[in-house]
Amino acid sequence: MRLLLHQLSFEQRMFWRSREAAVFVFLFPLLLYALLASVYSEEIDGRPAADVLLAGLLGYGAANTAFAGLAVVLVSRRELGLLKRLRATPLPPALLAAALALSTLLVFCLQAAALLALGRLLFGAHAPANPLGFAGAVVLGTACFAALGVGAAALIRSAEGASAVVNVVLLPMAFLSGSFGPTRDLPEVLRALAEVLPLRYFLEIVDGVHLEGESLLARPGALAVLAAWALVGTAVAWRRFGWMPRER
Amino acid sequence: MTAAIRVEGLRKAYGGVEALRGISFEVEEGEVFGLLGPNGAGKTTTVEILEGFRARDGGRVSVLGHDPARAPRALRERIGVVLQQSEPVSNLTVREFLRMFAGYYERPRDVDEVAELVGLGERRGARVRTLSGGQRRRLDLGVALVGDPDLLFLDEPTTGFDPEARRAAWETLRALRELGTTILLTTHYLEEAQRLADRVAVLRAGEIVRVGTPQELTLGDGRVEIRFLRRGLPVVLETDEPTRVLHELTGQALAEGVELEHLEVRRPTLEDVYLELVAETGEEGE
Repeated sequence: MRLLLHQLSFEQRMFWRSREAAVFVFLFPLLLYALLASVYSEEIDGRPAADVLLAGLLGYGAANTAFAGLAVVLVSRRELGLLKRLRATPLPPALLAAALALSTLLVFCLQAAALLALGRLLFGAHAPANPLGFAGAVVLGTACFAALGVGAAALIRSAEGASAVVNVVLLPMAFLSGSFGPTRDLPEVLRALAEVLPLRYFLEIVDGVHLEGESLLARPGALAVLAAWALVGTAVAWRRFGWMPRER
Repeated sequence: MTAAIRVEGLRKAYGGVEALRGISFEVEEGEVFGLLGPNGAGKTTTVEILEGFRARDGGRVSVLGHDPARAPRALRERIGVVLQQSEPVSNLTVREFLRMFAGYYERPRDVDEVAELVGLGERRGARVRTLSGGQRRRLDLGVALVGDPDLLFLDEPTTGFDPEARRAAWETLRALRELGTTILLTTHYLEEAQRLADRVAVLRAGEIVRVGTPQELTLGDGRVEIRFLRRGLPVVLETDEPTRVLHELTGQALAEGVELEHLEVRRPTLEDVYLELVAETGEEGE
């Protein structure tokens, strides 16, 4: 426990001191929310745009923080030899993983709180209809996308390309899944593509708890798809993740 | 004395290519042991197996009484590792970076003491990112020392150093040895092995071709080289019986009334022995 807190405090320190992480991971979703909520000022599908977009950007934030953020951090640490270095110490790998997961969760909680505060102050957005379910969705999203982030890190070879690769996946996924606005007018093919993406199902759950006041478990189908994606990420990580730098 | 490291018939292949062909050696407690050899001889593979980073294909290995393939926490508590050409990059300060690693050990060294030991006392508050390359290498050594290890692995610790930095690193390692730390060092610098190591194993193409103190390596076969010029052309004789050969040579020269110009009798230096050992098959490669 002491060791977990020790590592968590250093993970937090390293995160907030990194300009890329603090700006791109933490601030970027807030910035996008502010921009989009200024553009769509009316209603989307009969709901206040500020509320709908808040749910959308919360989904984007989960994928951005846990999937993209974690993948980039892990790849760069691996390629810099830091993971190999850590492997030679008595720090148990599971504890390092737990500290990273908790650190990611902490960052995403703060981001979710900042989104809610921003929505409330600037755009008159409503509080989550089911606050407990909303909190649960934050944890759920972190878990699923963190598993996919570790899986992605296992597949990415170079630190230089990591950021580009994850964003090539992340931004289209967010767009197709409806993070940035309704997808009703998209071509059939793209909408069909969205049907397999994890973010699309995470947003279904977030919309449910945030806008409709549903229970977190109200959509078992969506939960099942998220669990399946988390399993895929974990399986890839389990088989392919290495501590040693790949490039040298 | 007991052995800190025991290696017997260690084998490792990378996709059909044999990197280690059954090597055996022992490192005593408190000893500085050098693995010397050209690039591609198998030095790093050996060290990485002993550190627990790579699985072996065959043979027996014991490090401080543990099998490193299982890399038990009890073993990692007692070893320190300096990776080849590793230069830490972090937005933590030197002191924070050392403190983070110190937190993983049950009985760590004082981080300020470690910073002093590796010559970074003045730069404790600096961000790791802002250190020079040489300073980062020293921080890497500091990270290896912060757990107060009984056994230290150094994989080419001074590759890429300028002569001054190399000498400073040697001083630090000598100080550690005084403290009783067992050190396994790989290097392709002969001088480094000669200056630091109590014993040296020369590795060539995955095999140990010679083990001994730097002195024993040169004494080894007692061969002596006799060189001189005959009618302007250099002649080199190698012999185990220099007295007899010299007597014959000089007797002949006196009888013929000629001078053995540039006559020289010398024992091979470690460099001669080393170059000969690693050149024997000419098998070399990255």
